Amino acid sequence: MKKHTISISVENKFGALNRIIGLFSARGYNIDSISVGTSEDDSVARVTIVSKGDDDVIEQIIKQLNKLIDVTKVVDLTYESFVERELILVKVSASRNSRSELMQISEIFRSKIIDISPRSITIEATGSEQKVNAMIKMLEPFGIKEIARTGRVALKREFEGEV
Amino acid sequence: MSTNEVTGAEILVKSLMEENVEYIFGYPGGAVIGVYDAMHDMSHIQHILTRHEQGAVHAAEGYAKATGKVGVVVVTSGPGATNTVTGIADAYMDSVPIVVFTGQVATHLIGNDAFQEADIIGITRSITKHNFLVKEVKDLAWTIKAAFHIAATGRPGPVVVDMPKDVMASKTAFVYPKEIKMRGYHPFYFGHMGQINKAVEIINASKKPVLYVGGGVVNSNASNELFNLAKKLNAPVAMTLMGLGAFPGDDELSLGMLGMHGTWYSNKAVDECDCLVAIGSRFDDRVTGNPAHFSPQSRKVHIDIDPAAISKNVKVDVPIVGDVRHVLERLTPLVQPLETAEWWEQINDWKKEHPLRYENGPEIRAQYVIEKIYELTKGEAVVTSDVGQNQMWTAQFYKFKNPRSNITSGGLGTMGFSFPASVGAAFGVKDRPVFSINGDGGIQMNIQELTTAVGNNLPIKIVILDNGYLGMVRQWQDLFYKKRYTHVSLGTNPDFAKIAEAFGAVGFTSDKSGEVVPILKEALKVKDRPVLIDFRTTEEDNVWPMIPSGGTFAQIMDYPKSVSELRMASSHTEAAK
Ligand SMILES: Cc1ncc(C[n+]2csc(CCOP(=O)(O)OP(=O)(O)O)c2C)c(N)n1
Ligand SMILES: [Mg+2]
Repeated sequence: MKKHTISISVENKFGALNRIIGLFSARGYNIDSISVGTSEDDSVARVTIVSKGDDDVIEQIIKQLNKLIDVTKVVDLTYESFVERELILVKVSASRNSRSELMQISEIFRSKIIDISPRSITIEATGSEQKVNAMIKMLEPFGIKEIARTGRVALKREFEGEV
Repeated sequence: MSTNEVTGAEILVKSLMEENVEYIFGYPGGAVIGVYDAMHDMSHIQHILTRHEQGAVHAAEGYAKATGKVGVVVVTSGPGATNTVTGIADAYMDSVPIVVFTGQVATHLIGNDAFQEADIIGITRSITKHNFLVKEVKDLAWTIKAAFHIAATGRPGPVVVDMPKDVMASKTAFVYPKEIKMRGYHPFYFGHMGQINKAVEIINASKKPVLYVGGGVVNSNASNELFNLAKKLNAPVAMTLMGLGAFPGDDELSLGMLGMHGTWYSNKAVDECDCLVAIGSRFDDRVTGNPAHFSPQSRKVHIDIDPAAISKNVKVDVPIVGDVRHVLERLTPLVQPLETAEWWEQINDWKKEHPLRYENGPEIRAQYVIEKIYELTKGEAVVTSDVGQNQMWTAQFYKFKNPRSNITSGGLGTMGFSFPASVGAAFGVKDRPVFSINGDGGIQMNIQELTTAVGNNLPIKIVILDNGYLGMVRQWQDLFYKKRYTHVSLGTNPDFAKIAEAFGAVGFTSDKSGEVVPILKEALKVKDRPVLIDFRTTEEDNVWPMIPSGGTFAQIMDYPKSVSELRMASSHTEAAK
């Protein structure tokens, strides 16, 4: 089963997001991550869903999403070249001894320390799923207290190749 | 300016007139009392007061299925709205165009657990094609137009419009939009010509074709086009439960119904064919059994308006997304008459060896009743059926001649559908008799609509195939649960004929096969009120043939010659499970 990143444009209206989530639960499709926000057009919200499934399940998901009246566009970015990012906040236990090592790790991942207390620091990081997961791995030995993740957002690339 | 302003309630009535609505099936209450006030002086539209909101929705479905027009329901908030849920789910599964207007508490009370508040938008989200909460009166006319448009176009379906009480009381100018654009809704109509050409290649190469036809043919009014295609190809036509009537059941090319209780020969033909053309059908599990073994030797073409219906259950070689009528209009001129003589010889042998059959005797057999109704009405009546054995025998023995005359709950399998649906159908169809076939179980689920039928002088012929059991469940307990009958006996049934008379209808009861035809003839003479006929039929009769749920054609159980053969058949299927 492959992970698919699906980008959905939907009317920015009462209940529209419910329809999308309801469709996934009613038909037993899974959601790995979901993020929602407005797009370049105020009247359209962009929903990015990452879902795992066999090809025919994903095909059904896309067809069913397209059937929703409020959905204006569905793209399975998996078949396109696309950029994706996720933002996470991690609160890690930190003592006087471990603080500087944590700051180094944070720097290596080009993330920021946004809160600090005698017993913890909170790191903000953005990046691809692999990068974010790698950082969490590195932080685990220190004792992770809390994590908040936005879920992935994604856009199709204009040009092929990394910029 | 303000003199031109009207209330939301008046806008509703005016909009329904713009949509040429003839009937509203409804039931009033506090949240729609203003709407009902606006109906007081309504002309051109008749409001039919049913006796239960579920009855109103099934009546709207029956009307829609019989006429092809959109059925309209108005109910109050809370319990009125929740009583419509079964009907809405039914319409969703069978692609029936209806618009259900529900009352709602005033906008400032929504979410407060106010009196008679129910989140009907949330409740019906997964069983509607779309639903709307109208938050401001200025959006109302557009929303109604959109609701009718969505319900009737593409793959049809139910739409709910939730109307808060204050919105319906506030005022705005009434302008009904001529046309409506929704950037997320573009039902395709024309099939892709490249796909049609590929389908033509497969069809033209076939020696053993079968057309597998569903309710989509009826919905797109494509019966004539289907008839032309079948005749040109000289190909057999197997119909789903919902497809019956799409092609004349008495035509020599008809194989009748396919699927779980379809004819032996239609299932055999599908099993053996080299080309299966699915037209407005959706490879439902009641048709395919085990989809991995369904029609294993054929190349498959699938024509359907719903892209999501394509390759959902069975992979096909050539999908064509489009309106069935448009596609057939383009496809038929391109196909060639096929050399099917040998294929027909084979099929006709199967027909002779494995016909639908029953033995008549002094007891009333349900099959006999349906066959006699068929003969007396020449296949031209509108017949609603309920769910269970009565539905299957109607499907097998009433050879529907015309589309929109077979009205039944296929997808949801809703007991209690037949009778209220016949009420709606009787409003839509005045020139042909309307029969409602029921089980003794199902009739008790919406029998209150006798009041509606009597009050409107509807000459519906209500037939109860009274076997004293929840027959279809009993059949499964018989075949698959060692005959351990558990809560399927209806031994304490009331005297249905007396009930009918108490409501002001005509009642008959009989348990003698010799009386069936005379009673039916008598019933057909009654023109000013419903007639209810309680036929006490053979109690423990089973529907044959049967492909067990999830089974394959190899597991088909044909009519048992003897009881011991029946037992063997059932232990065979148990082993297969
Ligand atoms: C609302 C509802 N409840 C339960 C069922 C399950 N069910 C399917 S057929 C059947 C028996 C129907 O009995 P009856 O109406 O007497 O018809 P018969 O099979 O005897 O012709 C039942 C209970 C259903 N389809 N719908
Ligand atoms: Mg019964």
